Parts: sequence; structure tokens; C-alpha cells
Amino acid sequence: MGEAVARFWREIPQRYNFMGNKCGSCERIFFPPREACPFCRRKSMGKMQEVQLTGKGEVVTYTIIHVGPEEFEEQVPYPIAIIKLEEGPQITGQIVDCSIDDIHIGLKVESTFRRIQAEGYTGAIYYGYKFKKCE
Amino acid sequence: MEEVGIVSYGANIPRYRIKTEEIASVWGKDGRSISEGLGISEKSVPSVDQDTATISVEAARAALKRCAINPKDIGAIYIGSESHPYAVKPTGTIVGEAIGATPDLMVADFEFACKAGTAAIQTCMGLVLSGMIRYGLAIGADTSQAAPGDALEYSAAAGGAAFIIGKDQIVARINHTCSFTTDTPDFWRRAERKYPSHGGRFTGAPAYFKHITSCAANMMNHMGTKPDDYDYAVFHQPNGKFPIAVAQKLGFSFEQIKQGLIVSFIGNTYSGASPIGLSSVLDVAKPGDRIFVTSYGSGAGSDSFDLTVTDAIKDLKRKNAPSIAQMVADKEYISYGVYAKITDLLYWE
Repeated sequence: MGEAVARFWREIPQRYNFMGNKCGSCERIFFPPREACPFCRRKSMGKMQEVQLTGKGEVVTYTIIHVGPEEFEEQVPYPIAIIKLEEGPQITGQIVDCSIDDIHIGLKVESTFRRIQAEGYTGAIYYGYKFKKCE
Repeated sequence: MEEVGIVSYGANIPRYRIKTEEIASVWGKDGRSISEGLGISEKSVPSVDQDTATISVEAARAALKRCAINPKDIGAIYIGSESHPYAVKPTGTIVGEAIGATPDLMVADFEFACKAGTAAIQTCMGLVLSGMIRYGLAIGADTSQAAPGDALEYSAAAGGAAFIIGKDQIVARINHTCSFTTDTPDFWRRAERKYPSHGGRFTGAPAYFKHITSCAANMMNHMGTKPDDYDYAVFHQPNGKFPIAVAQKLGFSFEQIKQGLIVSFIGNTYSGASPIGLSSVLDVAKPGDRIFVTSYGSGAGSDSFDLTVTDAIKDLKRKNAPSIAQMVADKEYISYGVYAKITDLLYWE
């Protein structure tokens, strides 16, 4: 079994469904979810609540990857963006189904379910979110 | 008997397209005559990060966006495909998790060549009518395989559609379903082989045409109907010619099958083919419209459905997800070189 199987399995709620969490003390929303709020620290312990995020947001900035890691070599050149989600958190994500010329700061995006990587021809396949332009 | 039918539907078609002429030029063939012969001008191609699981999830999410049902009320997910990403590990588990229907859920993956998706609809109908589940999710999806240079390479495409089957808020009542099944080896893929094999012309008269015409005739006998009673008809579409010929043979007009005939623009999506055709009809259907569907799966069998669109279609938020016409129009062409890279042909057996 690949070493990553258990880690990816634990992260399924966030990778598939944008399950984030909220600090019950200051109400800040986090994605991926955090064990404790880095602002309220001890006060947030036991008060972190699960929050379902929409997976929609806006491109804050982006870059085009021309030399990708091994698992992504077939996809170059491809855009990676920092996306500000509607609920506030900023995350990194790949943008797909979009010509590189169409990507710009402020582009509205929504999540799409994609294959992220696979452990060769025999290992597990990992799925999760990427982003596409909002219709 | 209690009513059962489609509560919502959704589809997904990958964006990449390759033209028939582009494939033909690689093998030194006359692209125009192949395109005209098959009735296919281009086909959809999955990107490296798309497979039957991702297409199924997107189709299921589209179906959920159009209606107001709670995914936790879905009691069963059956996915028909001949390109499940794993040989052992159900695609339905991934879809169930991704739409929030787990864990109180029945799941199994189906395989019956190109008709596994309609077989999944029948299974969900039975479970809903028996009261075992409230809603069932039936999906037909494929990223079909074709050996390089084989005739199938011009048609084997990617796409799928999902149907939520239930008893309440039905947008298309399923009046009746029946099947016609025999042992006919017209097309197959042996265990652990990458590409399918087929019987060439044997896939026509004794396979596709015999099963579809027999099943469709049985359906019209059961229902006491004739082709004129239907507003739309959808037949399995392995190429652009067969469905037109089978419709003609049965007495349906081209006008009746036109809306559900998508193969010319995206190729044969195998388990997704009849479901995508039906989705295209549901995109435009009005209350009272009657729809005739007959799928076909090699090996071989056909499933027929007689449906009536209800007033509830007006409340279905069809615009909450892209229509088949929108997905057909949203495309990006690729060369055969890129096609070979992303469909793993460079590592073929």
C-alpha cells in the first residue's frame, strides 16, 4: 500500500467536498480545516465547527507552470492560482478547462472534481478539486 | 401500481475534441469518407485528470443542482461503465462520498457494455418501487477505449449522465421498461486487456439491430403504442448511421430522434450514450411529451423505456447546470499527438 493512502483518505471531506471549519470564538473560517484557531489559540479549543464551503471564489494571482512535478509533467503548461474562496480562505489550486490566455486576476471560478494523481499503474488514484471558470 | 420516474438528471462531457479527419490522417485514410461513413465528425476526449469517476461525480452534482433533494435521501448508487478506473474498488464509493450520500447507501458498479447505465436505471426503479430506498442514483459513464488504428478509434469517446430515480417530484414518469437479452459475442474486452475486440460487421444485423428492434417492438406491444405516439425517441448511438437506420426500421422519423442524437458531435460515449441522448431530450421537453428510449449493450442486450414528461419539469431548475447543447458547444480541439499522450496510447500493450 502506498504511504499516501491513509493521508489522502483522511483528507477526503476537504478534497472532495470543501469541508472547512470555523473558530467558535472569532468566527474566522479556515480551509483546509485547522485543529485550532491560530488567532484565538487556547480559546478556540473544542470550539472548532465544521463548515461546508461552496468551492466558489476568485483568482487573486496566478502563475503558469512550465516545469511540473513528475505527476503533472503531461499537463504543462498549466495554471496554478491563489483563489480567494467566497467564505474568505485563500487556497492554491489548478485551473482547468480554460485557455491560458483567458486567465486573469479577478476571474470567477468554481470547483470541479478531478483526478489529482495516481501512484503509477498499480497504486491508488487520488481525486479532489481543481477549478474552472464560472459559467 | 405506484408511479416511479426521473426526479432529476445531469450530464458531463469532457471539453477536448479530436476530429475524425485528424485521426484518419495519421493512419493514411480518407478522413472525409470515414466521417461520412460513420456519421461522426469529431469525438470527445477526456483530459489526463478525467475518468469515469470524475465524469460521474460531475453528472451527479449537476442532477442535484437542478432539484432540491437531500443527498442523504439517496439510498443506492449504481454506475454502469466499461471503463471504471479501478478493476476492483467501486466507482460508486467515490461518487457517493463526493455528493455527500454516504454512508447509509447501497453501491455497486455495473458492466453491460453500452447499456450498463440503463440497467442501473431499472435496478433503481425496482428498489424505489419496493420501498427499499427513497431515491436511487443511476449513472452511465465511460471514457471508452480503442486500440490505435482500429475502426473504434474514430468513435470511442467520453461522457456520462446521471438520473435520480424516485416516486415524488417526478419530472418524467417511467410508464414501463423491458429488456431483450441473448448471448451474442459482437464486441468484448477480455479480462485484464486494455482494448476491446469486435466482430466487425457482425456488430450490425444480429447484434445492434436485432436487439433494439426486438426490445422496442416488445415495448410497443406491451404498451399498445405505435411510433407516432412518441414525441421523442432515443436509440443507442455507436455511430451516426445505426440509430437513424434502426429508427427508420421501427417507423420513427428523423424529427423524433434528432434531439437525442448527439453521437455526430461527440462520438460514442458507450454507457453514457443513451443517457446523454435522454438528457438532451429532457433539456427541452415539455409537460405531456412522451419519450421512447432503447439502449443497446454488446454481448448483447437492450433496455427499453417509455416515459411521459410531467408538469414538475417546469419546477426543475434546468438552468442550474449546463445543457447537453452547451457542453457540446464548449470544446477545444487537440491533435492526434496530444490525444496519444493524454489517452495513454504511448504506453499501449
